[in-house]
Amino acid sequence: MIESHELTKYYEEFLAVDSVTLDVPTGTVLALLGPNGAGKTTTVRMLTSILEPSSGWARLAGYDVRTAPEQVRAHVGVLTEQHGLYERMKAVEYLDFFGQAYKIPASKRRQTTLDLMERFGLMFAVDKQLGEYSKGMKQKLALVRAMIHNPPVLLLDEPTSAMDPQSAKLVRDAIIELQRDQRTFLITTHNLSEAQQLADRIAIIRHGRIIANGTFEELAHRFVGDTQIELRVREPLNGLAHDISDLVRVEEVGTDWLRYRVASPQETNPVLLRRILGMGVDVVSLSPLSQTLEDIYLQVVKEDEQQEGKANEHLR
Amino acid sequence: MSTSVNTLEQSTPQVQPQRAQFRQTLSNALIITRREVRDSFRDWRIIAPIVTLTFLFPFLAQFVAGQFAGFVEDFGAEVIGTRTIPFLLMIVGFFPISISLVIALETFVGEKERRSLEPLLSTPLTNTELYIGKTLSAMIPPLISSYGGMAVYLISLVFGELTWRPEPMLIIQIILLTTVQALVMVTGAVVVSSQTTSTRAANLLASFIIIPMALLIQAESVIMFLAPDAESANGIGALWAIIAGMVVVVVLLLRVGNSIFNREELLGRTLDSLNLRGTAAKIWRNVRAVDDAGTPARNLIEWYQRGIWLSLKRQTMAARITIGVFVFALVAGFVVGLLPEWQLGLPGGMDLSTVGENVGVYTEQLLGPNPVSAIAWQNGRILLAATLLAMFSFGTIALVLTPATYVILGYATSQILVAGYNPLILAPAVLTHGIVEIPVIVLATATALRLGAIVTRLPRGMTVGNAWMAAIGDTIKLWLGLIIPGLLLAAAIEAYITPAITSLILGG
Repeated sequence: MIESHELTKYYEEFLAVDSVTLDVPTGTVLALLGPNGAGKTTTVRMLTSILEPSSGWARLAGYDVRTAPEQVRAHVGVLTEQHGLYERMKAVEYLDFFGQAYKIPASKRRQTTLDLMERFGLMFAVDKQLGEYSKGMKQKLALVRAMIHNPPVLLLDEPTSAMDPQSAKLVRDAIIELQRDQRTFLITTHNLSEAQQLADRIAIIRHGRIIANGTFEELAHRFVGDTQIELRVREPLNGLAHDISDLVRVEEVGTDWLRYRVASPQETNPVLLRRILGMGVDVVSLSPLSQTLEDIYLQVVKEDEQQEGKANEHLR
Repeated sequence: MSTSVNTLEQSTPQVQPQRAQFRQTLSNALIITRREVRDSFRDWRIIAPIVTLTFLFPFLAQFVAGQFAGFVEDFGAEVIGTRTIPFLLMIVGFFPISISLVIALETFVGEKERRSLEPLLSTPLTNTELYIGKTLSAMIPPLISSYGGMAVYLISLVFGELTWRPEPMLIIQIILLTTVQALVMVTGAVVVSSQTTSTRAANLLASFIIIPMALLIQAESVIMFLAPDAESANGIGALWAIIAGMVVVVVLLLRVGNSIFNREELLGRTLDSLNLRGTAAKIWRNVRAVDDAGTPARNLIEWYQRGIWLSLKRQTMAARITIGVFVFALVAGFVVGLLPEWQLGLPGGMDLSTVGENVGVYTEQLLGPNPVSAIAWQNGRILLAATLLAMFSFGTIALVLTPATYVILGYATSQILVAGYNPLILAPAVLTHGIVEIPVIVLATATALRLGAIVTRLPRGMTVGNAWMAAIGDTIKLWLGLIIPGLLLAAAIEAYITPAITSLILGG
């Protein structure tokens, strides 16, 4: 549903997006993560035919962003980085205006507007001027605007920023529901737990390049490596870390705890446990630590920074 | 996953008839217009001046006209008093349309600044639909106020004490002037807005619109008071000329606006910073470039063979237009010279050998001790002025300044013919150095035309800045590589060879 190949964008001489290749099948959520200025917004703007790629191609809902820009925009709902509402308009007028711009028949516009307002809990403010809306309400209304023409593809930039936890959950639930309904999403966000919760696939972009792309499990395996396990004992460790270093890779050590990584916990842990108990150490707990998207993200960025550093050194 | 590619062509199996497409474009543009006009009418800062200027100012103007007419009548200058009446009609019409500039800046750059433009750009509306919609929305409220104000003024004139009535054609002229002035301000504001990211910068740049407009109003006022045909039933001739000129400006500005009001230009520009060193470097790179990618020439031979050729090819269309205009100028000069009222009445039957004998003396007297530099400088400064002025006139000045020579040449030819001489006697004096000079002048004019007109039709994928820098690069390249050497060579021929050949042929 969203495809791009070697999508590149130059602003004059500045390379903003460098050969981005993406493939987001129908009914999937892709989270596009990256630091500020990494090229996320430019990528989204190219995917919505707002900016023309310098090279490469992209198709959304089967339409080429270069040759069929109006068709692309007609099939895509966009939530922009800034909500950009017209503050002197009422919500119904605002959505009616965008309904017209998306060429929705007049007979359908009002009903669609009310249905979406209801769905996002904004019915109470349907006749209020948008200037009176709170930040979160504005964000929700901008999301409603992106969905007014019932698009098969939604590109959402920070969909839950500025929202209270309840509203954010409402939006997340809506995304999950729409995904079940075979909608395709590309979400750019800095909220990594939200991305982990919603995304089927994750792409990390830095300096305009995709530096990691895959499912959470694939990225975790590739970048964070083996499962990390925490061992807690009753007394201080007293050299225990050294005594087990031939079995496992100890990474962190505390007074009465240590963390290690192991390739196959099923085989190694029983051996390790027998050895520790044999040494007379009382084990309090042995538990795997859960991996988060934050760990992966930080690791990916760190590795890329290191590679960049090496490349720069080589150039010098 | 689908791998099929849908394109607009595939999705619209039948090409829409142009008329239906135009209706669709207008209908879509009006979606924008309706919203923005409604929005404008909700803003008291726009409503208050519109109401005041529509309903109060005309009465004030009418009162002032009455008082002034009475005052000047006491001194026997009735004509000044009566001519104040259409002048104030123009002012009543102009004041409200000055608001169009503010609305236009607000609707274009204001929306960009408030970040509400991007959601609009994400809709399927085309760039042209957005442009037309916004242009109309900036014009409609001020024009309603302007026409309303003029109607109130005229009605109050009919029912007032003043007995003088303006000619209907003059009223039509004033209405037309008001409309084209509003269009110039709005279309100019679009151009200004597209080059800035803040209303502050846009307001500053808007002085490029306000100052010429204020000067124009002053000129129109003077014309209304002083024109000998001020009370003609056909209107004032000079005002028709201004209206025609303004229509040309509107067409050019509309073209520029439509060309630069695009998503890429609107969202690709994020900073207003001025980088003179970077700009100079880019222009210099374009001067050295031998291909579209900007690859620099490795040596002078490659620069001539590939770089100059590349820039020459880019001038093809402009050169065709220039040649057409030059031929027209030559023919027009010749035809005008044949009209009895324009003939000089040169003496016939002269012995041309005396002219031939003295050609060298004339040349020396005219050009001084350094004829080559004098001729080259004379031609060069005209072409340079045409190039510089072309940048600020969409290239049109280039097509006004340089063809003047050809009008004179055509006129001179006809005078020689009328006096009974063979016009071919001019050939050695013109064509000897003209073989070099004429192509050089055509090239310089075409380059100037393209430099000015490039913003009216941007090359694909180029921003205004890039297109201009590329055109400046081409201009410098052609001046350095062909125009300056060509002018020097032509001047040398004109100084030393042309007089000799002319003298020989005329029998000196």
